[in-house]
Amino acid sequence: MSDFIERRIALSWAEPKRTYDVVIIGGGGHGLATAYYLAARHGITDVVVLEAGYIGAGNSGRNTTIIRANYGIPEAVRFYQHSLELYQGLEDELDCSIMHTRKGLIWLAHTEPQLRAERARSLLNVACGAETVMITPEETKQLCPQLDLTGGGRYPVLGASYHPAAATARHDRVVWAYAQGAMRRGVHVVQHRKVTGLLRDGARITGVDTTAGPINARVVLSAVGGNVSTVAAQAGVRLPIRSHPLQAFVTNFYTEAFQPIVSDTELLCYVSQTERGQMLIGAEFDRQPSYSLRSSFSFLQSTCAKVTQLLPFLGDLRILRQWTGICDISADFSPIMGATGVDGFLVTTGWGTWGFKAIPAGGEGMAELIATGRSPALLEPFGLDRFARDDTMADPGSTGTH
Amino acid sequence: MLWIDCPTCGRRPVDEYAFGGELRGVPDTITDPTSRDVDYAWMYDNVDGLTSERWFHAAGCRRWLTLDRDTATDSVVQAGRLT
Repeated sequence: MSDFIERRIALSWAEPKRTYDVVIIGGGGHGLATAYYLAARHGITDVVVLEAGYIGAGNSGRNTTIIRANYGIPEAVRFYQHSLELYQGLEDELDCSIMHTRKGLIWLAHTEPQLRAERARSLLNVACGAETVMITPEETKQLCPQLDLTGGGRYPVLGASYHPAAATARHDRVVWAYAQGAMRRGVHVVQHRKVTGLLRDGARITGVDTTAGPINARVVLSAVGGNVSTVAAQAGVRLPIRSHPLQAFVTNFYTEAFQPIVSDTELLCYVSQTERGQMLIGAEFDRQPSYSLRSSFSFLQSTCAKVTQLLPFLGDLRILRQWTGICDISADFSPIMGATGVDGFLVTTGWGTWGFKAIPAGGEGMAELIATGRSPALLEPFGLDRFARDDTMADPGSTGTH
Repeated sequence: MLWIDCPTCGRRPVDEYAFGGELRGVPDTITDPTSRDVDYAWMYDNVDGLTSERWFHAAGCRRWLTLDRDTATDSVVQAGRLT
């Protein structure tokens, strides 16, 4: 902890030029990570990241910071496992504390079909390089003593899959660390500069229009969260994305240690403890697409009803804060990274409720794509063209929750 | 929370309804049987603002209705109409 407090992050802001090699729209984790890897791995430093608010103001600062790789299809498991490993080495790579903490993820099953699904998922995970094991109710209780194995008499725990490498990290630190790494190498990051349109030359995108004048570029990457459909529409690109609000909340300080992340795909909710000792609780996204950041009482009501059955101690705590982010949910619940069919315009989007854990691998992959013109093998299955090919990446491991 | 005026059941909370997607035109695949309409199959307008949608009153009268909604504020602009 003292390391975290003492080693300050030094950010140096720049006035944007008129022309860049690469313009990245969106100063969240994905945009800044892409900028960092462009500079660090490929020597491309003529890059600007344009952020409408402050860096990390969007979903990078609103997510529940869970890093895991126990997904449901091989392509996703490999991608997220690579990201999880990059996270493990990120403090050394960026020379900056991100408060990375290995916690382990318990994924509860209350029914026989769910238990079978978890078993299938654990076998798939192991086959693709991610460690997931099945555990009994007793072992689950050892990992999480607070858990009521009868689930309040309504949701008995029949077993669980356990993903020991799952971790959390401080999300703001991740954003700032990537920003610092990129800035040190000469990348420009500009805050409070909203992109209002895209510049075209015939069929090609040649830059962006901003609230303070146009900026030309060879490549424009949209790393926007929330308003990506609006940005893409300006390039004439339609996306298989709906933007749904996702809510979460924290309680006041819980005096005991709560080590693991407890997640439940049947009840669609999950619980972990923050570094400050607060209990962080999340659930599924709102059913109707919306860009409204308003939180709802009905969300608190339904989520509390579920999590207090599993973890009765939560009923004694008080809710401190509740907030909302706008998630770009793709039609197959997998991200969309790469070319759009329009020259000079790339996207990294569809990050739904699973974007934070993918920041290192997504940024690294997009940087390689921009530098070499080819999608790396890990990203290749996630291109936008998969929808036209009927080769979608429907992922039962990402639906609904984090 | 969103409340939706069902033409049959009256004002009911959103939890009773199933979201049925954007109200859309006729797909090319009907007017031209040889075409393959990727756009109709997968793509959304995902409008930030005024939009028309289909909703199904799953826990009520079990009928479809059309709703005009502002997605920027998540508020109903025009109450449900049966169409």
